[in-house]
Formats: sequence, C-alpha cells, structure tokens
Amino acid sequence: MRSHSMRSNSILKFLYISPFMVLLAVFAYYPLYGWVYAFFDYMPPIPLSKAPFVGFKWFHSLVENQVKVDQLLQVIKNTFGISGLSILFSWLPMIFAIFLTEIKAVRFRKFIQTVTTLPNFISWVLVYSLAFSMFSSEGVVNGFLNQIGLIDSPVLFLQNSEHVWITMWIWITWKSLGWSAILYIAAIMGIDESLYEAAYVDGATRMQVIRHVVLPSMLPTYFVLLMLQIASFLNNGLEQYFVFQNAFNKDTIQVLDLYVYNLAMGGGSYSVSVAISMLKSLISVALLFSVNGLSKLLRGEGIV
Amino acid sequence: MSDHQTELAPIAKDNKSRFSKKIKMQVSPTDKMISAVIYVLFSLFAFICVYPFYSIIINTISANDLSAKGEIAFWPRGIHFQNYVDVFKIPGLWNAFVISLGRTVIGTLLTVGASAFLGFMFAQEDMWGKKFWYRFTIITMFFNAGIIPWYLTMRSLHLTNSFLAYVLPSIVAPFFIILVKTFVESTPKELQQAASIDGAGILTIFYKVILPISKPILATVAIFSAVNQWNSFQDTLLLVTDTKLYSLQFILYNYINQASSLSTMVNLQNAGSTAMASLSTKQTTTSIRMTVTIIVVAPILLVYPIFQRFFVKGIIIGAVKG
Repeated sequence: MRSHSMRSNSILKFLYISPFMVLLAVFAYYPLYGWVYAFFDYMPPIPLSKAPFVGFKWFHSLVENQVKVDQLLQVIKNTFGISGLSILFSWLPMIFAIFLTEIKAVRFRKFIQTVTTLPNFISWVLVYSLAFSMFSSEGVVNGFLNQIGLIDSPVLFLQNSEHVWITMWIWITWKSLGWSAILYIAAIMGIDESLYEAAYVDGATRMQVIRHVVLPSMLPTYFVLLMLQIASFLNNGLEQYFVFQNAFNKDTIQVLDLYVYNLAMGGGSYSVSVAISMLKSLISVALLFSVNGLSKLLRGEGIV
Repeated sequence: MSDHQTELAPIAKDNKSRFSKKIKMQVSPTDKMISAVIYVLFSLFAFICVYPFYSIIINTISANDLSAKGEIAFWPRGIHFQNYVDVFKIPGLWNAFVISLGRTVIGTLLTVGASAFLGFMFAQEDMWGKKFWYRFTIITMFFNAGIIPWYLTMRSLHLTNSFLAYVLPSIVAPFFIILVKTFVESTPKELQQAASIDGAGILTIFYKVILPISKPILATVAIFSAVNQWNSFQDTLLLVTDTKLYSLQFILYNYINQASSLSTMVNLQNAGSTAMASLSTKQTTTSIRMTVTIIVVAPILLVYPIFQRFFVKGIIIGAVKG
C-alpha cells in the first residue's frame, strides 16, 4: 500500500514537469524532423508532401563539381580558421585570471573585472554598431587618424577581406575575455592556502608560485573548457558573422552557420542547406562524444 | 624560521581571501617589473573595453556636424540633446522599444519560473524516469537540428510573425535549470522534509520553502535571461517579417544599413517645425546610428553595474558543479 502511494507520488511529480518536457520535445526535438527536407526536392511554396523524394541527391550535389567543392572547402576553411584561432588562444582567459588575481590593489582589480566583463552582455548587433562607429570610413578612428595627419583617405577596416579571421577573433576576444576569466578566478579562489604557504616557506618567487602552484591547479578547469570548445568547433554561431558580412569580405567570413543561412534565406536552396546543417549537427555530436570519451580516458570523468 | 611563522600567521586567520595583505614577500626588481607590465596591460584592455561606449555617448550629445566628420574623440563639443528627441520620432522605433521591453519582461518571468520549478523538481529524489528526463533536457544544450530545420519547425507551428515565437522556445533553458538544481541540492534536505511531514504537498514546498531561499540564484537567472531576451536578434531575423513585431536589435541593424535615408526623413519632418535646423543639431547618418545604439545599449549599461557582483557570484555557485 505504501509503495503504491510512493509510486503514484513519483508519477505525479513527472506529471508536473510533463508540460515542460512537451515544450522541449516541440522546440528542441521536433526540428530534427526537418532533416527530411534534405532528402526531397523541396521548392517553396510547394508543400513538402508534393515534393519528389530524391534520396541523397543533395548530399551528392555538394561534391558534384569543382566550383561547389571549392566553395564548400572555403567555408570549411573559414570555420576551421576562426575556431582554430580561438582554440589556439584558449589559454588567454586563464592567464588573464592569473594575473588579474595578482593585482593587490582591490579597487583597481574590481574595476578592471567589472569593465572587462561588460562587453559580454551586449549583442553582436551592438558590437557591430560599435565597430561601425569606430572603424567605418566616417568613424572615430579614421577621423582621429585624419586629424593627426597620418592618413589622407579613410582606411576601410570593415571592408577588408584579408584579415577577417583575425579581426573576427579579436572581436570575440574583446567580447568574451573578461567573462571567460571568471571561471578561472573561481578556480583560483578554491586553491588550498597551504600550497601557497609551502611555496613561500621554500622561498619561491611570484612567478615560481604562479608556475608551480596556481597553474597546475587550473589545468583541470582548462581541459574541461578546452574540450567543450573542441566539441563545438563547427558551431561558430550565426549572428556575429551575419552582422559583419558585406560584399567585400563574403568569401572569407562565411562560416558554416552563415553559409547555411545564406543558402536557404538568401538563395532559397532549403534542401541543400538542410543537408549541410544535418551533416554539421551529426559531426558535432560525434565530436562531442569522442571528446567526452577522451576526457574519460585521460581524466577519469566525462564532461557531459 | 620563527620569522616565517610570524609572517604567515595572518593566513591562518583569514584563509578565505588571497588578496588580504597576508604575506610580506621579498619584492625583487623582476617582480616590480612584472607588476608594472600587468597594470599597464590591464589598464589598456579596460580602456579598449569602455572607450567605444564612451565615445558613442559623447558623439550623440555633441554637435552633429563635428561628429559626422569623426572629430569627437575624447570629449564632447557643442553639447545638445536634440538627437534623442528626433530619433524617437522615427516611425517604428517606439514600437520596437515596446516589443523588446515586452519580450524581456514576459520572457524573463516565464523562464525564471520554469527554471526554478524544473531545477527544484530535478533535485527531487523520486520522480518517474528522473534520470532520463534530466538527460533529455540537458542534451539539448549540446545538440540541435540546425537553424534551418528550426525555422521550418517554427513555420509549420505557425509561430512566424507571432509574439509567442519570442518567448515560448526559451522557456525551458537547460543551463539555468542546472544552476537552480545545483543550488537546491546544496540547501539542507531537512527543510523540505520538515515541510513534507507537516503535510505540505510538493507544490507548497516549492512555493513556500524553496522559492524564498532561492532568491540569489533566481536573480542571477533573471538577469541572464533578461539580457538574452533584450539582445536577441536571430529570431526576429528568421521568423518575423511583420514590422510591428520588430525588436530594437533588429531595428538597430536595419538603421546601420539605411541610416542615410532615415536622416533625410527626420530632417524633412523637422524642417517645418524649426525654421532653420542648425548644422549642429541636423540629423546625419552618424548621429542616427549612434543615438539608436545608445538607446539599445542603455538598459544594459544601467542595469549592469548594479547586478555585476551578483551574477558573478551566481555563476560561480553554478560552476562549482556544472
């Protein structure tokens, strides 16, 4: 009797959360059904039910001719370039946190932390607007350079197609560096004080303390975050690249997310773009699981 | 040896803060140099983080003709506030402000409520299929179908050009649920047990016991979700063609691209009322863009300093386990 009521109690609890599970099913799982578009010759506004089934045609079409292959390769290169730069410099927030906590003047440190986390809270549209105000041909920077006589004609920072990966990485870093450092600051706060004591008793200098006490204590956090970053290698997001794209930098700024968007919304090629979207999601999941497996192998625990 | 001990003594008393002036280390010249470099680099980065905001603010209140030539760099010149008056006359801007505010308030309330309830429920020991449903929720953080399938879904649910599209999909937010769950699990179990023995049902426990003690974490979730809602751009871009539903972010993006036609329009409107619009208050493409930027960023700049310390703590609470 008792166990019966406990059981009904536990089902009741599920009933309470079930409406939310339905929401999840609709907004996170049902979109997977959209993948069927990749197997049909879908041309809006004709409904899917009237579109002919074409099997893997669209997947084949991705590698059908040299032009398409080149285009896709360039997109993949851009994705790898920008994500690669981020991973290459993924230690920056850690170093940022280490040296920030080395600052002894409390007010100064708090000020720096407050100010450097601010950009994290504004949207990419706002970042673009700031970038535009600063770096467009009538922007503050060009005005300033012109005034002090360094240049005669404005420098076209935003229309440049050559250093797009680096400028995109710089904007990402500007926006997120201070914020990403917070986790490391939390990790530094958690370091056992006796380790410091021991180091000082042994006569360690500040740099030695950082190298032998602080850094090793941060590595677990670093590896977890690094692996998460690797797992989302293909997901650069759409917004940043969408707002920064223009006719001049289009070739070097199109990452997978933007390419998928431009194909579907710009060109109306839903089926191809869903095919790419699908491949991207599948590869991402595979990446996540391999990184998770690697983490289990190396550290004895997974990240997911 | 005894020397060291007296120096180290304060640590034992106050081992919570690494920053208290605990240790008198020998400061070598290299250390001093390192310190100097640290101060300079951090100051520089801080400057780079604030300057764009500062620069745009002083430009919006400076004489528009100077600002258009990029001559306002460090301090305002020819201060006036006409830009803000004019910009709100642009059709659609006020409406977008209401839409953005509306989705922020409604979306935040729904997300905070759902995150609190789900975080609490997932901290319950006995729930049918608890482990499965928790995973079912968390996996969505790492895996999604992609934006085009998502768009097609929203279209087939008739959620394009609908205010609901702004708030419904964000109600169940896995990351916030993890934060609340971690928090609830760190509170004493006896609280819930005592209430349960007194005959309180699960909803009463949630409402009367958990909600009041979860205020700090809920405030963190609220501020994050409010910022997300306010900043959201992609959903308007993908789902909305009805100008009545445009959000401020979307309007700002459009204005950056078509500010020149807008400035002509505003100037034409004003031509009747003020006999001669002076050069310093006449709208330029630059003044329109910058003023709208400030209107969009202002709520964040105002709210941010108040809540900053708060949500840094919140994220650290969640990060301990998450």
